[in-house]
Amino acid sequence: MPEQKVVDIDYLLLEAPRERKFITGAQAMAEAVKRANVDMAIAYPITPQSEVMHLVGDLYAQGYLKDYYRAEEEYGTMSAIAGASRAGVRVFTATSGPGLLRGIEAIASWPGHRIPAVLGVLTRVVNAPLSIQPDNIELAYLLHSGIILLHAENQQDVFDMTLAAFAISEMVDVYIPVAVATEGFFVTHAKGYVEMTPEDMKLPPRDPYKAPVPVTDCEVPPARIQRDAPVQKSNFMSYLIHAVWQQEVWASNMRAMKYIYKYLGGPIEVVNPDADVFVVASGCAAAQGREAVRYAQQEGLNVGLVKIKSIRPFPVNEVREALKNAKAAIIPEHNIEGWLSKEVKAAIPNSGIVTDGPRVYGGMTLPVELIMEEIYKALGIKQEKKVVI
Amino acid sequence: MKRYNIRIAGVGGQGVVTSAHILGNAMSAAGKYATLVPFFGSEKRMAPVEAYVRASDQPIYEVGEVVYPNVIMIYHPQVITHGKSYTMPFYSGLKENGIVIINTEVDILSDEDKKVLEDLNTQVIMYNATGLALEIAGTELATNMAMLGFFFGITKLVSFEHIEQAVRERFLGNTFVASGGTASLDSAIEKKFKRKVELLEKNMQVIKKAFEIVEKEGWTEEKQPA
Repeated sequence: MPEQKVVDIDYLLLEAPRERKFITGAQAMAEAVKRANVDMAIAYPITPQSEVMHLVGDLYAQGYLKDYYRAEEEYGTMSAIAGASRAGVRVFTATSGPGLLRGIEAIASWPGHRIPAVLGVLTRVVNAPLSIQPDNIELAYLLHSGIILLHAENQQDVFDMTLAAFAISEMVDVYIPVAVATEGFFVTHAKGYVEMTPEDMKLPPRDPYKAPVPVTDCEVPPARIQRDAPVQKSNFMSYLIHAVWQQEVWASNMRAMKYIYKYLGGPIEVVNPDADVFVVASGCAAAQGREAVRYAQQEGLNVGLVKIKSIRPFPVNEVREALKNAKAAIIPEHNIEGWLSKEVKAAIPNSGIVTDGPRVYGGMTLPVELIMEEIYKALGIKQEKKVVI
Repeated sequence: MKRYNIRIAGVGGQGVVTSAHILGNAMSAAGKYATLVPFFGSEKRMAPVEAYVRASDQPIYEVGEVVYPNVIMIYHPQVITHGKSYTMPFYSGLKENGIVIINTEVDILSDEDKKVLEDLNTQVIMYNATGLALEIAGTELATNMAMLGFFFGITKLVSFEHIEQAVRERFLGNTFVASGGTASLDSAIEKKFKRKVELLEKNMQVIKKAFEIVEKEGWTEEKQPA
């Protein structure tokens, strides 16, 4: 392990020199953890996450982390993450699909307990019949938890978002957890080029006193509201405590937006802003959308891409602005329910322009050709189909 | 931009995944781009194996299995004759103006298959790649090299030197593990050949011969892939 020197957050995220490596998404997440001055990681293995936490375990063995262990299962993992974080250390864990759902009661309590943890979510089918493939319906379960949710398109995003997540989660005016999600296998087990900061530089350590709430002080919130729960008070005290506390959690979630602008170049990316037809997508579907936009442009069609990087906070104003003159918005997704489609429709006044799909589920591949079909339909182009399926 | 979306179908033990890696690494050696997705299935000899490679002179964004290929390579005739494949018929999803290369001693396509491929304006090549591997390298395990040789001979995507670099990396480098099974297969092959260098040379001879066959048969790429 090289001697790592602490550098300023802004320097590491925005200015430090970068070197290009050809690595998997799992490696990219671990490489970000390596540079994030993480104190402790707690793991419980599940495919396709296992590779990430295995690599983080290697980091512990090399001396990058102070502590690492395998918990009893995900409920234990997520609860222990809360405990460790409240004790004042910087923590990381990752999970997938069913593991996320097993841990979700504890995860959903993190924002309210003001736990600045970073959670990797490497997507996997959650519903029966059992599968290990990268359906991303599990992200819908996180949308209402108060957690900040970033969705990575590729290995580069995984690195950038994970490293930035540690910085964003500990900002005093944010101080809630950040989940960095990406599709299992398609990103975690596939290699891509990643521009990385030097191995011998790391973020400053967590300063537990630079916080809106005190660390492990049982006499004041948030610890006080666990020890001495509002449920034991009158109904009116219970309403009030919960209401003001959750208002502050969601306001914190919104305040993360300025850091998403600062460190990740904003919550959305727009390709060809003057297009008539847009593919609107997040995560791995954005990569498929990017390819479709390239094919469409080669055919002389005026098609653009709106990639949504931040799902929570959701960039309502930015999406509304990007789609204000669009004739159609095609939303490809890796889940049956279409959670992104619902988010976009709720955000824009002209929701009739939205095409619900194409969607694939069960974790199957999302062929660019399916997106092209919707583009042709939106533009009123008749395609003769010769392909035998 | 020229893009090859390739589906390779063969059976376990033929080095389908290995040759997909070599194809990708040869593109990388030539300063071009490739991504690959292996589909192992049950990982055993003679069971269906598929691998997917995308190759281009431009960065590749899309991921996942290639559902709509413009190049299909069939490493074993049983993929077609016995249906040892995850995609049936073997040309399912094939785009217009594509290339199909089949390793077979005899014409195994039905009239119906031929009609479909003709309607799609497909360049169909059938050749006894296993025979070529046996003749030049003395082992049918070099069938994948012959198939790679045909592909690169036809498309001229990279030079012979780039392929050699990729094959060298595969057999002499120590960083590559396709799977535990493949690693143990390697040691079996090594014993057979005694020396790794000799193995490399034999493989390269097969590829060189495949290049010559492409020239002799005039299998140049007439049709640009879609």
